[in-house]
Parts: sequence; C-alpha cells; structure tokens
Amino acid sequence: MSLKIRDLPNEELVAPGNSGCPGCGATMGARMAMKVLGSRTIMVNGTGCMTVNYGVLAAARFPYLHMLFETTGAVLSGLDAGLRSLGKREGVTLLGWAGDGGTADIGFQSLSGAVERGHKFVYICYDNESYMNTGGQRSGVTPYGASTTTCPAGKRSIGESRPMQRRKDMVEIMAAHGIPYAATASLAFPMDYMAKVKRAAEVDGPSYVHLLSPCPPGWGSNDELTVEVSRLAVETGMWILYEVVDGERKFNKRLKTLRPITDYLKTQKRFRHLLDQPEEIEKIQSFVTKRAERLGLLG
Amino acid sequence: MPHPWLKERPLTPCLRGGFSTVNQTGSWRVIRPVLDISKCRDCSMCWLYCPEGVIDRENNYSIDYDYCKGCGVCAVECPVDAIEMVKEE
Ligand SMILES: Cc1ncc(C[n+]2csc(CCOP(=O)(O)OP(=O)(O)O)c2C)c(N)n1
Ligand code: SF4
Ligand code: SF4
Ligand code: SF4
Repeated sequence: MSLKIRDLPNEELVAPGNSGCPGCGATMGARMAMKVLGSRTIMVNGTGCMTVNYGVLAAARFPYLHMLFETTGAVLSGLDAGLRSLGKREGVTLLGWAGDGGTADIGFQSLSGAVERGHKFVYICYDNESYMNTGGQRSGVTPYGASTTTCPAGKRSIGESRPMQRRKDMVEIMAAHGIPYAATASLAFPMDYMAKVKRAAEVDGPSYVHLLSPCPPGWGSNDELTVEVSRLAVETGMWILYEVVDGERKFNKRLKTLRPITDYLKTQKRFRHLLDQPEEIEKIQSFVTKRAERLGLLG
Repeated sequence: MPHPWLKERPLTPCLRGGFSTVNQTGSWRVIRPVLDISKCRDCSMCWLYCPEGVIDRENNYSIDYDYCKGCGVCAVECPVDAIEMVKEE
C-alpha cells in the first residue's frame, strides 16, 4: 500500500489543549487515524481516557460522540442504520474508538452484535492493556505478569496471573465473526498502521484494528519512549503485526531473530518485579518464541 | 414544564470543536524540545509522532510552545538527533 508521509494532510483535525498525559499512545494513535480518515468521520468513543482527552474539552474538530462505556458498537449500528435511512450514508466514515476495557470486556457484546449484523464501520481498539482512565485496573487483555491496581505484584502475587495463552485475542475473535478485515498495529510502524486504517475504511462491512497503545503512567514507561516501547514489543515478538483479509492471515513484519523479551519488559515498571524471577521470564519467553515459530514469523 | 436549569444548559453537553485551545498545556512542560533546523532532513517523523499535533511542518517544523507538553517523543524519534530536550527554566 503506497501511503506516503508527504501526502498526509497538514490540517490538524484535533485541536491542541487536550488533557492526555504527555506521550500518550492513544492520543498519538487517534491523531494518526484521523489523518487518513479525514473530516467526514464521526468518531464514537466509548468512555475511557480518550473521552477525557478529546471529549471533555472538545479537542476534536470533527463530529465526535462520547458514548456510554458499553455502547460503542450499538451507537455505530444506530448511526449506520439512521444515516442510511436518511440517504446520508454516502461519504461518511463511522469510526468506533475505544480502549481495551471498553472493547474486550464491557463493550464486547454490543461490538459483537454490531459486527454480526454487518454494519459498516471501522473499529479501532487502542489497547493500553488496562482500564487506565480509572487508575489502571486489569482487563481481559492485560498480559501475564503485569502489575495493575487490581492485581498488584507482591510477595504472593505475580501481578496478572491469567496465562499468556488465555489473554483474550480480540483480532482472532473479530476475525471469527467472518468480517472482511481485521488487523493488529503498532505506533512504531505508523505507515503500516495508517495503511491498515485506510484499508479498514475501504472494505464493505465492519472492520477492526487493534493498536497497542503504550501508556506512560499506567505502564511505568518514560513519556519519550512511547514509540520505542511499541517498537520493542514488535521486535521481541510480544506484539505481532498481522492482518486477516477475508479470512487470509498475512504477517506484516518478519523478523530475523527475536530480541529477548526482557528488552521490552525492562522499559516498564509494571513488569519490573519479573526481572529477578528467571523462571517467570523463561515462561513468557518460551510462550513468545513458540508462538513466533508456530506462526512462521521468523526468517 | 421543563426544569428551569434546562433552559440555560442543553441536556447533553455539546461544545464547539477546538474548545480545548483554552487549555494551554505548555504550562505542564518540564523539558522543552529545541530544534536545530540546520540538522533537519525534513523527514516529517517528529510531525507525525507528536501526539499533540503542535509541530508545523509547513513552517520549518516550528513547535507551538503554548501547547507542547514536553513529552520528548519527537527528540527520540528524530533520525538525525536534530531535536534536543532542554530543561525549562
Ligand atoms: C458502566 C460503566 N462502568 C464503569 C465506568 C467507569 N469508567 C470510566 S472509564 C473506565 C475505564 C475505561 O477503560 P478502557 O476502556 O480500557 O479505556 P482507557 O481508560 O484505558 O482509555 C471506567 C471503568 C463507566 N463509565 N461506565
Ligand atoms: S492514562 Fe495512559 S491512556 Fe490515559 S491519557 Fe494518560 S497516557 Fe493516555
Ligand atoms: S515534546 Fe512531545 S508534545 Fe512537544 S513537540 Fe515534541 S512530540 Fe510534540
Ligand atoms: S524528525 Fe528530525 S529530521 Fe525529521 S523533520 Fe523532524 S527534526 Fe527534521
């Protein structure tokens, strides 16, 4: 896909002054998505950090709706049906934008229903791997070993204890609905991410993009390293870049070798307690390496 | 009879897009990105990555310090280290 940085519009659809933390991955990702989707986009945002960032002080210079936490999919459905019946659907992009809590847990049934009915919209989940707006509670996609406020690491706790293989795999779950397009994305590969958003908007029917979105205060990573942390996630095999187009899986980034997962873990305080537990590191490393081999990611 | 309060305020709060400019987030900054334009290769990476959208690529990548939060992403991602983060006085 030949999307070029030069060709992106200079116009800013998001005004400055939003209240997101410095270095917020979700804020960065939303701005990039809007660069490719353009001003004739209606953003439906289930409650979360982005509601505060874009909604409370109205940073969005395009139609933006803050919706109840669990209703992103339902509102997208209503807008799709309503605009169609008014004869105004042509040329309008509907964008669902919600966090991992709002997508994998609480908004899951309304998203699943909307997708199953075949409404046309792009849904982007910005995944900061916790419910960050309310202080960082674990979600259905929090990775094994991460310390959160509801599963803090300590003497008798590893942090999140659900094993790696049972982390809710949202892209696979969405692909299992038989939708035409589903993909993962990373801020460290912005042209790949934006090309995916563009493609998602072009398919006929619902489409889904899952963006890993580092959160400096929630992850205990440095503000300036948001993109670097995203890059390390891909280079260690912790985050896999791929897309499912009409059921066909295509991996977007092949790796010669995997960097050790500790290169990724040590950038974040939420994983710090793991670093002196070699057996835990080994458990995660072995899962990640086997997965990469199974998927044919290497070489 | 609608509640008197509703006469003054719409039931659903609705603001004009861009209202956020009242919030000068530049005051949050503890370190400031300073660009040495002589090193810049005009690749646009800092512009693309700035979460706040405050780098103007049509104007020598000038940074709007009224809103720049000083996250430092631009400095880390610049491939030629043309941006340096310096402490705010
Ligand atoms: C039904 C309901 N329950 C709880 C809340 C409180 N609440 C607001 S935002 C939020 C967390 C959202 O988490 P996530 O979707 O992961 O987005 P993030 O905050 O990480 O951006 C919660 C629990 C709510 N608004 N509505
Ligand atoms: S808590 Fe995290 S996701 Fe929320 S605004 Fe801050 S950096 Fe962004
Ligand atoms: S420091 Fe952060 S907010 Fe300021 S210009 Fe650089 S990327 Fe933008
Ligand atoms: S990233 Fe560096 S080289 Fe590229 S445009 Fe910005 S300042 Fe110039």
